[in-house]
Formats: sequence, C-alpha cells, structure tokens
Amino acid sequence: MSGALSAPETQEPVDGPAAPAVPAPAERAGGAGAGGPAVQAATPRRLTGIGIGSAAVLGPVALMAEPDPPPPAGLAPAGDGEHEAGRALAALETVAADLERRAGSAGPEAADVLEAQAMMARDPSLAEAVRALTDAGVAAERAVYEAFDGFREALAAAGGYLGARVADLDDLRARAVAVAAGRPMPGVPAREEPFVLVAKDLAPADTAVLDLTRVLALVTEQGGPTSHTAILARARGIPAVVGVAGVLGLADGETVMVDADDGLVLPSPAEQVVAATLARAKARREAARTGGDGTGPILAADGREVRLLANVGGGADVAAAVAAGARGVGLFRTELLYLGTLRPPTFEEQVAAYREVLDGFPGGLVVARTLDAGADKPLPFLPLGEEPNPALGVRGVRAFRGAYEHLLDTQLAALAAAAVDAPAELWVMAPMVTTAEEAAWFAAKAHAAGIAKAGVMIEVPAAALTAQEVLAEVDFASIGTNDLTQYTMAADRLLGSLGALQDAGHPAVLRLVALVAAAGAVLGKPVGVCGEAAADPRLAAELIRLGVTSLSMAPAAIPELRAALTK
Amino acid sequence: MPQRIVNVASRVGLHARPAAVFVKAASAAALPVTIAKEGKEPVSARSILAVLGLDVRGGEEVVLEADGDGAENVLEDLARLLTEDLEG
Repeated sequence: MSGALSAPETQEPVDGPAAPAVPAPAERAGGAGAGGPAVQAATPRRLTGIGIGSAAVLGPVALMAEPDPPPPAGLAPAGDGEHEAGRALAALETVAADLERRAGSAGPEAADVLEAQAMMARDPSLAEAVRALTDAGVAAERAVYEAFDGFREALAAAGGYLGARVADLDDLRARAVAVAAGRPMPGVPAREEPFVLVAKDLAPADTAVLDLTRVLALVTEQGGPTSHTAILARARGIPAVVGVAGVLGLADGETVMVDADDGLVLPSPAEQVVAATLARAKARREAARTGGDGTGPILAADGREVRLLANVGGGADVAAAVAAGARGVGLFRTELLYLGTLRPPTFEEQVAAYREVLDGFPGGLVVARTLDAGADKPLPFLPLGEEPNPALGVRGVRAFRGAYEHLLDTQLAALAAAAVDAPAELWVMAPMVTTAEEAAWFAAKAHAAGIAKAGVMIEVPAAALTAQEVLAEVDFASIGTNDLTQYTMAADRLLGSLGALQDAGHPAVLRLVALVAAAGAVLGKPVGVCGEAAADPRLAAELIRLGVTSLSMAPAAIPELRAALTK
Repeated sequence: MPQRIVNVASRVGLHARPAAVFVKAASAAALPVTIAKEGKEPVSARSILAVLGLDVRGGEEVVLEADGDGAENVLEDLARLLTEDLEG
C-alpha cells in the first residue's frame, strides 16, 4: 500500500518537503518522465498509482471503454444504402448476441434485463427505422443512432418505469454505434475468463452490473484512496490500483501484472518479474495468514491497547466482521435502514435492526452513527432541497436541528431501547459536528434518551482544531478521515482528478488527528479513526503513534492490518 | 379484420418480463399481429420497443388484430396469454 502515500506519477507531489514517504519521482517512475513535460513512452514498462490491498495478480486487461460522442449528422456513408443497412444491422446483431451470451451466465434477474435488451437490439421496428435512414443516404453509425430517437422519446414521455428504461436504450445504442464504427463496446466488459478491469473510473452503476467473481483486480486512471473503486476493492478484498496515469493506453487483452502493495501496474511483464512479484505477494499473504488471526487488541509501542473494529451497514455484515476477527463495530452506518423507503423506519423496525448488530458482538462494543443525510443523498421524508455545494451544506447533524428533529429523537430512542439487555455495549455518535455547542446539544439529547455514551464524528477541521472544547462535551470521538481529508485539503472526495490531494497521510490531516488524539488523552476520552486511512497499514501505524485508541475499517481489511501491525 | 379485446392481467402491465413474453409469442406466431390501446395507433406486436412505448398498465384494455389464414387461432392464443399473470 505504499502508493497510498504517493501521488500518481504525472502529478506534482502534494507537498514537496513536508509530505512523508513520497519517493523521489525518478525512483517511482523508473525514469519515464514523471513530473517533467509529458513524455509518454509508447510502451511504458511500469505504471504507478495508489495501491489498495496487498495482493499481486497476473491477468488479461479488459478495458472498459468510454462511450463515444454521437456520430455527426453529416458522416459520409462507407457504401450505398444496402451496404450501410447491412453494417448497421450487423452491429445490432453483434450487440444482441453479446447480450444473450451474458444473459446465459447471469443470475435470473439480470438475465431478464439482458434478454430484454437483446430483444430490443433485434426489434423489427428498429430495423425498419434503420433501413429508412440508410436508404436516404445516412451512414450506418448515424442511422443506428437516429433510429433509436423515436423509441427513446416514447419511453421518456411515459416516465416512471419506462422512463428509467431510457438508460437501457442509451446503453444499447452506444454499444451498437461503437460496433458499427469498429470500436470496442462501452460499458462493463463481460468475459468468460477472469480479467483485470481497466477503466477511467468506476461508478456505482458500473459495479452493480459487474460480476466481481471474474475480476482479478481493478485498475483506474482516476480516483483516490477514498474513491468508489477503492472502497469497493477494500470491501470485497480485490486488489486495486487507482489514479494510474496512462493506464487507458493498455491494449485490450494484454497481460498485466498488478501489484497492489507497491501500487504498480506492469504491462507484458517478463517471466522473472512475474515470478518475483508473485513470490513476494505470497510471502505477504502467508504472513497475514499466520499473523492475521486473533481477535484481541493491538499493543501500541507505549503499551496502550488499540482495538481493531469493523465498519458495518447492518446485520448482514456481522458474520464477515466476526470472521475477520473484529470484536466490535467502530462505525455502524445506520443510514442503510433509511434508504429506498418512502417513510422513515418505525421505532420497532429500528430496534430490531440495531439489536441484530448488537447481538453479533457479545462482550464487545458497537459504535452507531446516527443517520447521515445531506442534499447529495436525499431521503423522501427528509427533503433538504437543492444546494449548490452539498458537501458544505445542511448535512449530518445539521439536518436534524429544527423541522426534522423528531427523526433523530426516534432514532435515539430506538438505539437506547436496542441496547437494553444487549450483549454488546452501545455508543452513539453524531456525524458532521462542527462546534462544541453542537456536540453539547447532541450529547444532552442522547443521554436524555438513555444512551450511556454519546460522542461525535470529527470530520470538520473546525471540530478538530477545537477538539479540547468539543471532547469536553461528549464521552468519545471518532475521526472520519475521508471527510476530514476532503475538508482539510479542499478536495472533493468524488473528483477523481483530485486523487493526489485526497491523501489522509498529508501532514495537514495528520496534525489535526494528533490534536484530537491529544485532547482525548488529556480528557481521558477514547478517540478512534473510522475512515479508509485506518485500513492502510503504514498510515494505521502512524495513527496509533499519534494516540488514537481504535481503528475501524471494512471487515476484509482487518486480518491484513492485524498482521502488518503485529509483525 | 379479426380482433380481440382483452384486459391485461399482469399487475405491472405490458412492461418488463410480461412485455418480453408477449412479444416473443407474437414473433413466433404465423401471422403479423398488431396491438393497440385507446388513444394510440396500433403497433406491431413483434416490436418490444413499440409495445413498451404503448405503456399498457395492468388491467388496461388492448385490441389485438391480425388478418389471414389462421388469424382467429393466433389471436386466441395471444389473448389468452395476456389474461395470464406473466410476471413469475
């Protein structure tokens, strides 16, 4: 995971002298023009980025092509009308056959969708519309593009379920246009053989249709350590390298070595390189297997005990967390209960859901975060309106002061009720707290509801800088390094192009962490970390040195971290 | 021209799976069949895109039409299909 502390090679180091553990550019890039004027070698021998995980794999590249721009209206046809019609219909048939093939290996629900898409590609009315256009002298690509227009409009006009199918139609159209133009089909590639997925970036919509059992590794040109790809890779234990400049130049099907530990992508590697890299990864894996067992706390250099806890979304994650050796939960994201419903979950539904998690950790600890909402994740019963900048808007605890306070009251009451006679201890914290006054307001509410320990998330630099005052009002704090990094570095977490700035290991972020940990030590109050930084072995060691008392992460990351910290 | 008027039984209407099942059956039929609903032009029952575009909801009435030898049988089969729940 060394890459987690270093910038992608074509970008300037984040902060020259002060940034820790950023090797000299020449060292990282193998002399391939890093930092200098863009001299992209025709066949770069190594590409570097930010590694997620520690595994190394060898496999064929499957490129996720970006959709092409629409073919221009005046595009010259390659032949006469008959020839163009033939090209257009052949492209549609290729797409239909591909969809059918994928339907054959998909689950029943996905198969229905894929088969319906294949039927659309073979639709006789669509073929008629294509022919009418090619007969009028329109080029095949453009004819395919325009032929979809009428159907697209009809579906869009219907709205509702059919309106949502417009995206399916657009996906189909982009595929057929690409095939007609002799280019790879856009979208998540489907292969029989396991592959290394190479993409510009991955959105949740892409990974939802991705069969992860066939994915050996994820490699993206954009994205940082907290990007969707990185979080998915950690959660599923798939090695990944993100923020890899130049990776889209790899050829589809080319063999690459992906070494997540060093943040390396090696195209067409020599045999001895493959053998050495795989041997190193195997040694790491074995060290993790022998050192990663166990469930106890880690012992810091000064003799303090540091708990390794799991991030969970609900009862469904408990088994994986326990199997990974977590004796508790450092971040229970309660918002999953609230998503996808038109009304807030009832008191009883909440008690049952919270209890399910508490029951999984007898003798342990569960830290629940109250509902985290914002304009970027709107809930039907919590309309926060449009905001020009949701990251700086009415979000987290801010959303529950005023009209929606009753939602928080119900949640606190349900959490308190779930904790009665539960086998695990329950702590409850509020997200996105900025001031000591907010901290005091929340703690008073939580205590009044019957919750024994009330705390706050430290994600806002203001709260970190006034940690003494904030912690004085509560029983504990947990540092959310993803948002703390975003706000400290003024770099949007969702912007792949700012991956290099989304560095939780930057001294600016680490100094804030140190302030909070020191305040906790003075006041005798626990201070945990529950961002992605906690899962990075080198960063985790630094966080422990700074004085944090627990680290919470995706369950899949726990054994490896335990092994790294105990060796 | 022979026709059948039928209420669509599937709760989701002629969307998703029911639409695909119906269009597949119509494509396999010996004769071309059209399907229409009130206020919209008849469309080919072999076109999934056109059938979806009709936006037929559960319980709505549609008119099936076909012409030629065996039209009655073809219509009978397709009409019966629409009175079944095709969501399963």
